[in-house]
Amino acid sequence: MNMNYTAEELAFRDEVRAFLDEKLPADIAAKVKGFRRLSKEDHLRWQKILCAQGWYATHWPEEYGGVKWTPVQKHIWDDESCRYGVPRSIPFGVNMVAPVIIKFGNEEQKQTYLPRILSGEDWWCQGYSEPGAGSDLASLKTRAVRDGDHYIVSGQKTWTTLGQHANMIFCLVRTNTEVKNQEGISFLLIDMNTPGITVRPIITLDGEHEVNEVFFEDVKVPVENLVGEENKGWTYAKYLLTYERTGLAGIGISKAALTHLKQLASRRLKNGKPLLEDPSFSQRIAKVEIDLTAAAISNLRIIASVEGGGVPGAESSMLKVKGTEIRQAINDLARRAIGPYALPFVEEELTMDYDGDFLSDENAAPLSAQYFNNRKLSIFGGSNEIQKNIVSKMILGL
Amino acid sequence: MDFRLNEEQQMLQDTVARLVRGEYSFEKRLEFSETELGFSADFWRQLSELGLTAVPFSEELGGFGGGGVEVQSVMTELGRGLCLEPYLQSVILGGGLIGQAGNDSQKEQWLAGIASGELKAAAALQEPQSFYNLNDVETRAEKSGDGYVLNGRKAVVTGGHCADLIIVSARTSGDSRDASGLSLFALSPDTAGVDRRSYPTIDGSKGCDITLNNVQVGADALLGTEGQAAEVIEYQAGRAVAGLCAEAVGVMEMTNELTLDYLKQRKQFGVPIGKFQVLQHRMVDMMSELEQARSMAILAASVADSEQNDERRRVLAAAKNVIGRAGQFISESGIQMHGGIGMTWEYNFAHYAKRLIAINHQLGDDDFHLERYASLLQAS
Repeated sequence: MNMNYTAEELAFRDEVRAFLDEKLPADIAAKVKGFRRLSKEDHLRWQKILCAQGWYATHWPEEYGGVKWTPVQKHIWDDESCRYGVPRSIPFGVNMVAPVIIKFGNEEQKQTYLPRILSGEDWWCQGYSEPGAGSDLASLKTRAVRDGDHYIVSGQKTWTTLGQHANMIFCLVRTNTEVKNQEGISFLLIDMNTPGITVRPIITLDGEHEVNEVFFEDVKVPVENLVGEENKGWTYAKYLLTYERTGLAGIGISKAALTHLKQLASRRLKNGKPLLEDPSFSQRIAKVEIDLTAAAISNLRIIASVEGGGVPGAESSMLKVKGTEIRQAINDLARRAIGPYALPFVEEELTMDYDGDFLSDENAAPLSAQYFNNRKLSIFGGSNEIQKNIVSKMILGL
Repeated sequence: MDFRLNEEQQMLQDTVARLVRGEYSFEKRLEFSETELGFSADFWRQLSELGLTAVPFSEELGGFGGGGVEVQSVMTELGRGLCLEPYLQSVILGGGLIGQAGNDSQKEQWLAGIASGELKAAAALQEPQSFYNLNDVETRAEKSGDGYVLNGRKAVVTGGHCADLIIVSARTSGDSRDASGLSLFALSPDTAGVDRRSYPTIDGSKGCDITLNNVQVGADALLGTEGQAAEVIEYQAGRAVAGLCAEAVGVMEMTNELTLDYLKQRKQFGVPIGKFQVLQHRMVDMMSELEQARSMAILAASVADSEQNDERRRVLAAAKNVIGRAGQFISESGIQMHGGIGMTWEYNFAHYAKRLIAINHQLGDDDFHLERYASLLQAS
């Protein structure tokens, strides 16, 4: 048993810190730490810096421009980058479709798409969920019918995160209706500029435009955009989901959010004293910090178990549930900490270039919206109920 | 023992229910919310025409002489419609403060207007540092000639953006958080030195922060005895707490109806998702929480207008604590069981969910009221 980093790992952490000290733009870090909205340009600017360092594609083999990090190194990166206020990486290209293309795509697809993901030329989004296919993803109905050297795609995808910025979408489509749900699905890469595609915003309860509906009306997709074999898409989709699930626990993000919460509670007053000194509020914070400590160690145990290769199994589902509960608990406390100021919803204060007076503490403005927005954490990436089903079946054998 | 409404009370509730059903569709509410006024002037007028804004006032004022139960009936139905009108702020709280503390000429000047809905009042009792403690007041009112000069800042005045009359708590003596030395002043928002910064609130309503910069008011602006306002504020905030509890019950009825419908209608894995036991149990918990909340709202209504004592204080603190906890559980569970659709602006559920959380931030959250209750615990 040794829970310490090795000398090499410590040296890597110093290297990460030196890089972030030098290269992370202060304005972007300030937005991330203040829970403010980031623009597409912010994301692309940071991606360029990461790519120049060779640290953007952490799940890719080196031959395609990836970086060979051990699971512990990835963890160190995650931990440090959250602490510094690095923008959440938009995973759809680099961490979702790319691993699928690398494992199941042909050489031409690799040569075409991987460099464009690295350069930021392509912004990918994910075409998985449909209005009728959420938790039961395999029941999806978007059809792709072969017509000569094209597929004709018709149907609707939904909850497409940041689809408004995307020029490419990877989709699960139904190519065979005669077989079991899982056996008639294919994995298609679709150019969003193809005629017949319409993107409609979905505004969420916090007033945010983050997700979209994507409609396909007789969209012609060249057959060379099929990844792997026809009707084998479900296998590729599941492979991708293992990448999605690791990291959903958001331990690093929770640590950063907890730091923010403690700073907030030391500034807000209750009966003339900092809220952090209030016995009942400080106990609430203590409890979530203790839970986070335990989850962080659980996370390290999972990371250590895959140090020799492979991807985590159903344990990561357990951690997704715990991790998202902890993040939501921190958001709940942050909203509580501002008391009556949880009510005002001053949207202009959420943008970074706002230069008026803040109604309250400058950090109070986004906290209610953030609490509501992060109710999504226990819904997306496989709802927490579905995660528990996975644990119950795969680990407990129930 | 009989928990049913009497005939008159039932008629009152049915009247409000019909009006809300007819006039307050979800789509219309979104439109009302986006106007500068933040609610429907037309609906407000109809509440007035039906005598509903006069419910808690005496018969001389054209009122109904209604007590906690009557107010509860109105508020629950307004909650079901997610109505944005300043009934709580103006009729219950504003009217209550003037009714209790005002002298005859002040009552004559303002109460009939409030009862008829022509005058909208709002109470500015909180401050940036006060964190729900209504005695934590730093705004000062200094004697000046015949009147007073007010300086300070009042925070998150719900309904204050459109109020014609603002009732401000200010310190005429004593230190921050002293109960003694608080006074109430009624003033027009147009008075020189009053600056309102209005904003939307997270639940689709509106409010404002108010800066008072050398605001000169006459002696006739003072409501009640100088320095003795703390008791009035506590009592009337208690009536408003009971009103909020009743509103929350109406909101929860809707969240639960919507969620139950969704469980029956939404299919995944070939069956309605309501067939899954884990969701059934959560729905049962939502229902139990609503019934706990309803019981406490009834209890709160029963003491809202009774004489002040520790028993009344305990009941109101307990009720708001239960409402706060139940509201958050129901809001979060309902969103979870709806999945993504429960988080969208276009679907009404999310707006009900947000209102439940917002209610927890008005006049003290569940933590605040738990502490208050604990401080009133009886040894025996």
